[in-house]
Amino acid sequence: MQIFLPIADIPVNVFLVLAMGLAVGFISGMFGIGGGFLMTPLLIFIGVQPAVAVASVTTHVAASSFSGAIAYWRRNALDMTLALTLLAGGIVGSAGGVALFTWLRALDQLDLAIGLSYVTLLGIVGLLMVGEGARAIVRAYQGKPPVLRRPGSHAWFLGLPLKLRFKRSKIYASAIPVLAIGFIIGFLGAVMGIGGGFLLVPLLIYLLRVPTATVIGTSMVLTFLTMVSATVLHAATNHLVDAVLALILMAGGVVGAQFGARAGQRIRSEWLRLLLGLLVLAVGSRFAFQLVLRPEDLYSIRMIEGGP
Amino acid sequence: MNIALVAALLFAALLAGSRPAAAERLVASLTNHRVLITSNYTGVELVLFGTVESDGASPVRSGAFDIVATVTGPRESLRMRRKARVLGIWVNTQGRTFVDPPSYLAVVSNRPLDSIAGDEARRRLQLGIADTPLPELINNDIGEVANDPFRAALVRLMYKRGLYNEASNGVTFLTPTLFRAAIALPASVPTGNYTVDVKLFADGNMIARTDSTFQIVKVGFEQFVVEAARDHGLLYGFATALMAMVTGWIASVAFRRD
Repeated sequence: MQIFLPIADIPVNVFLVLAMGLAVGFISGMFGIGGGFLMTPLLIFIGVQPAVAVASVTTHVAASSFSGAIAYWRRNALDMTLALTLLAGGIVGSAGGVALFTWLRALDQLDLAIGLSYVTLLGIVGLLMVGEGARAIVRAYQGKPPVLRRPGSHAWFLGLPLKLRFKRSKIYASAIPVLAIGFIIGFLGAVMGIGGGFLLVPLLIYLLRVPTATVIGTSMVLTFLTMVSATVLHAATNHLVDAVLALILMAGGVVGAQFGARAGQRIRSEWLRLLLGLLVLAVGSRFAFQLVLRPEDLYSIRMIEGGP
Repeated sequence: MNIALVAALLFAALLAGSRPAAAERLVASLTNHRVLITSNYTGVELVLFGTVESDGASPVRSGAFDIVATVTGPRESLRMRRKARVLGIWVNTQGRTFVDPPSYLAVVSNRPLDSIAGDEARRRLQLGIADTPLPELINNDIGEVANDPFRAALVRLMYKRGLYNEASNGVTFLTPTLFRAAIALPASVPTGNYTVDVKLFADGNMIARTDSTFQIVKVGFEQFVVEAARDHGLLYGFATALMAMVTGWIASVAFRRD
């Protein structure tokens, strides 16, 4: 069944988009991530303009992270103080990212910047995850107990001034590294069109030593807040959010996420980390090939809104 | 003797060159002047019917007629980029800005353009995509570049998207004077005003022309969404954000297990 998307200006098969929503939702539910880094490339692949894809995926990620955040809120497994501090840094980061986005687009180098940042970021994060997951699996097979986190050694940046108490996470740390992490996530989110959950969770665990109990819920709240504001911003400034596309995506996404979450609970966490790492690496290498291989056509068109 | 020859030649030239005005009249009409984009729109074919009418005063032309119809969509500036290899990766290194090229350009005729009119006539009448000017921005000046690879790439990419097209079998003569032209509008056509310029040729000369227009518009729900997004961006943003929250909430209630 074909449906014409009003903002994207193309007809798409409803069932194809619904299936994409389900598949990405399943993966995001399984790993507790937003899935923007998978959905945006998929939409571009079926012919949606990159700008519309990025903007509409923010709405989709807002929906799936909201349903996730509700579940964690009900279990009291999120840290609002931490989420709001991260958000404060994130807003500034987003503004910087949007400015860079606009500047690079005018220079015809946006595609390159997006490609390079996907390769670098997904490459590094993917390798770290695969390495860490593999080591944990090997340890589990050898019957050794898992390495305990929170060895008590506090990193120097947690001792910076502007100390804040994050009650739910049981940490007392400087707001500066928290704001900085928020800034990085917001900046990358605006440039790459990703929620940044796959990046935020490891940063919170390894740098801020946030306990596992609150880390996913807090990341979901932050993702929801940044993605909701990104939706409103994209809609108000660029008029690029396709509500019809977003609705089909989120309908598939929220259902897929529920099944994904159930499947995720049946898999051991170190295997989960290894699988997610491999997935991240796969997407990263796809972008790497795109940069290195000779493109099918050396020429490309960019429409100029409102004249040259 | 010489004078008689010159006079005879002049007379022959007059007969051949300057035809009596409006010996043939071209009448053409589109089947539809408004193409509506609804939620199940996947492209459409528009049909143009036309007939060549003789004014009756002059003798009926014995030779066959040729028809060339040019459909031009709304104009929008665009930028062409070319990639080159820099340090092992492919980077956009060069670019050109094209000033208001048509976003849709279809030229349909009953036989190949070069057998309808000569090179000079095609250039003068801007007949066919190759002879349609596509001006570029060159150092704050607007002009055409001869043998420009960027222009060739623009035409090629637009062809690929189905937005530029030249069909030498797009016009069929049902009778020697009645013709039918098919205009394919793919799903990706931009909305706006389109012009159809129909030219009648005989023996390599244009003897009549007429034009028509049509509109491609979004209607119903599509139009509502587009207008809301364009004119009330902030409100539209809040509405979509609310939609996301409601969907997320419904999912969390529907799949609640505690």
